Amino acid sequence: MHEMSLMESVVEILREEGRKQGFSRVKKVWLEIGALSGVEPDAMEFCFDVVTRSTLAEGAQLEILRTPGVGWCLDCEKTVPLTERFGACPDCGGYKVQMTGGDEMRVKELEVE
Amino acid sequence: MCTVCGCGTATVEGQKPDHKHDHEHSHEHGGHAHSHPHEHAHGDHPHDHHHDHDHDHPHDHGHDHPHGEGGEVIDYGTGIAGVHVPGLSQERIVQIERDILSKNRSFADENRASFKAKGILALNFVSSPGSGKTSLLVRAINDLKARHAITVIEGDQQTSNDAERIRATGARALQVNTGKGCHLDAHMIGHALETLAPDDNSLLFIENVGNLVCPAAFDLGEAHKVVLLSTTEGEDKPAKYPDMFAAADLMLLNKSDLLPHLDFDVGACIAEALRVNPRLQVLVVSARTGEGLASFYAWIEARSALARKAR
Repeated sequence: MHEMSLMESVVEILREEGRKQGFSRVKKVWLEIGALSGVEPDAMEFCFDVVTRSTLAEGAQLEILRTPGVGWCLDCEKTVPLTERFGACPDCGGYKVQMTGGDEMRVKELEVE
Repeated sequence: MCTVCGCGTATVEGQKPDHKHDHEHSHEHGGHAHSHPHEHAHGDHPHDHHHDHDHDHPHDHGHDHPHGEGGEVIDYGTGIAGVHVPGLSQERIVQIERDILSKNRSFADENRASFKAKGILALNFVSSPGSGKTSLLVRAINDLKARHAITVIEGDQQTSNDAERIRATGARALQVNTGKGCHLDAHMIGHALETLAPDDNSLLFIENVGNLVCPAAFDLGEAHKVVLLSTTEGEDKPAKYPDMFAAADLMLLNKSDLLPHLDFDVGACIAEALRVNPRLQVLVVSARTGEGLASFYAWIEARSALARKAR
């Protein structure tokens, strides 16, 4: 239930931004979730509905933007797609791949009123 | 990148970008100053303009770049949305680009600063349930308590059984029950520290909730994560739960006394762990017989000395 506390952090961020930027309703939330971040979008959607109850984001729509996993293969000296965090390079099969993207977990945009 | 149309528009301060979104509109800022603090990921052009002016004019661009020339500035990047989209009022879209874990990270930074100021070595013990974290801690406390003040934070969903086992050694321990939570977070540790008030130059052991997944993502402000893996769990755990082994600095392969009875390939297990984390240090130990614990204590002593020196 890791997703639950992540979504609680999201609601906390919404509250803070609401205070800072003066909005009281959030109608839509865009999250950017990397394919290698280790969280399940389905579980996040489920938790979002639960944790937003009686908050400024009650009933808000959740939009999850998945970003692909990418890494830098030290042997091939190029950027390669990664499907698992510590996976092999799809070209050379080696494991000397450093993840360079795809572990993001970010609140990107909000539609508010 | 232009966030309106997605085209590449890297702008250099003082240079006009050469693409336009043609549309006309007029709006009034009724003489109100707005400074919308927003944190976002492109850290290379900070803009924190306050503007306080009326304007009512047609114009034909709307992208969030800083105009380097002096004087009047029209900067859509400072609107509530940080970007302008034709037909959509700025009040409706807010770009915030905030990391979901940023909150936890800021609490963790506070904890880390407090440990540093007091010369405390904080270790975060993580593993699956039943791998022997509490037994290992009880043994380590008994062996180290003559030389170090030790306090323990025990994380579990329910019960204070573990804290009681620790208290039986004479060490001060605080149980944190996470309820439905699957991990400790930095905020909980901050609260626990207020109650526990660990001594200067002491050791703080944090026993996380038994879980090989979630605690990996939550920095508590500790100096090191120590991951325990017991020989009864199977040597492919580092491959199955790579995040935890990637986040740890030390792996203790516990229950080595059972190795003669098991088909556990120590070499294969360490190889898997090193694949996900080339910097990982590994010690083979038994909390029951004490095998290998001298090297673990030496590891703690060395790091505690560093923590005291860094104070």
